[in-house]
Amino acid sequence: MDIFDTFLNAEVFLRTWPLLIQGLWVTVQLGAASIVAGLVLGLIVSMIRLYGPVPLRLLARLYIDIFRSIPLLVLLIIVYYALPFVGLRLSPFASAMTALTLVSGAYTAEIFRAGIEAIPGGQFEASAALGLSHRQTMVDVILPQAVKIVIPPLTNNSINVVKDTALASVVAMPDLLKQATQAQALAANPTPLIGAAVIYIAVLWPLVALVSRMERRFGARSR
Amino acid sequence: MPAFVSIRNLRKSYGTFEALRGIDLEIEKGEVVCVVGPSGSGKSTLIRCINRLESFSKESEIRVDDIAVVPGRTLAKVRAEVGMVFQSFNLFPHLTVRENVMLAPRRVRGTSRADAASQADRLLARVGISEQADKYPEYLSGGQQQRVAIARALAMEPQVMLFDEPTSALDPEMVGEVLDVMRDLAGTGVTMIVVTHEMGFAAQVADRVIFMDGGEVIETGPPGQVLSAPREPRTKNFLSAVLNH
Repeated sequence: MDIFDTFLNAEVFLRTWPLLIQGLWVTVQLGAASIVAGLVLGLIVSMIRLYGPVPLRLLARLYIDIFRSIPLLVLLIIVYYALPFVGLRLSPFASAMTALTLVSGAYTAEIFRAGIEAIPGGQFEASAALGLSHRQTMVDVILPQAVKIVIPPLTNNSINVVKDTALASVVAMPDLLKQATQAQALAANPTPLIGAAVIYIAVLWPLVALVSRMERRFGARSR
Repeated sequence: MPAFVSIRNLRKSYGTFEALRGIDLEIEKGEVVCVVGPSGSGKSTLIRCINRLESFSKESEIRVDDIAVVPGRTLAKVRAEVGMVFQSFNLFPHLTVRENVMLAPRRVRGTSRADAASQADRLLARVGISEQADKYPEYLSGGQQQRVAIARALAMEPQVMLFDEPTSALDPEMVGEVLDVMRDLAGTGVTMIVVTHEMGFAAQVADRVIFMDGGEVIETGPPGQVLSAPREPRTKNFLSAVLNH
C-alpha cells in the first residue's frame, strides 16, 4: 500500500462521502445556531458590561473572564456529563450548542465592547446635545458605526466557533469529525479524515479570505 | 419675567481642581453673548454645563426657559431646546449630510420622513451647502462640515444655540464662511452663546462679551467696552496678548 491508497483512496472516499456530507450538515447547523445565539448573548452582555448598574456590570465581567478562560472541551464535558447530576439533562446538540454559545458570547461581548469604545466620545455628545435618548443614540448612531469595526473580529470568532464544533464529537454529536472518524474505522482507512479536513478548509477558507478583504476595505475607509 | 438662561453659583471641580468657581449669569431671549478668555479659563466647561454635557455641583442651578437643568426626564426636553455646535463638528459619519440633519427631528420630535427631508433641504440651503446633501461628511471640507453641524442643530428649532469654539479646528481660509453663517443666524433673533477666539466676530456681532479667567467671570459688558476699553488688568493682558501677535 502506498501513500495514495492509504490517505487518498478514491474508492473509500466515494463510499464514505455521504456520511461526511451528513456530518457537514450537522456541523453547519450547530455552528450557525451557536454563532447566532452567541451574537445575541454577546450584545446583551456587552450592553450590561458598559451601561448596566454596577453589580450587574461586575457580573458581566465575571462571566466574560470565566468563559474566556475555560477550555471549551472542559465546559462541554461539564454541560453534558455533570449537569445531569443536578437534574439537567441536555441532548448532545443542546449541550454542544450551550457550551459553544457561552464561550462565543463571552468573546462576542468583548468584541462589541471594543467596537463601541472605539467610537469617539464626540458622537455620544452630539447625540445627547440633540436630545436623543440613550437607546436612540445606540441604535441610530453608535451601533451602526460599531458594526463596521466589529465585523472582521466577529467573522474571525465565527470561524473559531465552526472549528470548535469538532469538539462536539466527544458528546456523541454526529458532526463532520465524528462521521469522519467513524467512517475511518469502518473502512479501516484514514481517507475520510483527509476528506473531512478538505471540507473544513473548503467551508472556512472563503470566510478567512472575506475577513482579510473586509479588514483592508474598512481600514482604507476609516483613514 | 426671569432671564431665558439663568445660571446661579455654577461650580464644577475635577478632583481638587476648580474649573468653575461660582458663575452667575443671566442671558435674555435673543441675546448674542460671546465668551472669551485664555485656554483653561473654563469657558467651554461653562457652556457644556448649560445642556449638562458636564455635570456640575449640587449647590449650583441652571435654568433654561425656566426648566431646571437636572438629570432625568426634563433633561431631554432641555437638550431639544438647546442646540450645540462643537469644535470638532461631530457629524455622524455613517449618515449623509441630509440624514445628519434629519435624524433628531425624526427621532426626538417624530417628524415624518418627508417633512424632515424638506426641512433639512431648507436648512442646508440656508447654510449654503445644498449641493452636498447626498454626500457623506468625510467628503466635505472642515468649513462645510461645520455648516452642516449648524444646520443639524437648527433642525431641532432650538431656543438657544451654544457654540463651543466653532472655528478653532478650521483651516484659516474656512473660518470666514462659518462666521458668516453665524452672523446671519444672530440676525434672526436666535439666542446665541459663543465661546470663541475670534475677537473681530465678537466685536461685530455680540450684544455682550464675557471675559473669563481661572473659572470666574472677570468682566462683562458690551463689546465696545470689554474689548476696546477693558477695566480689569487681566482682561487688558489677555487682549494685548491676543491682538498683538
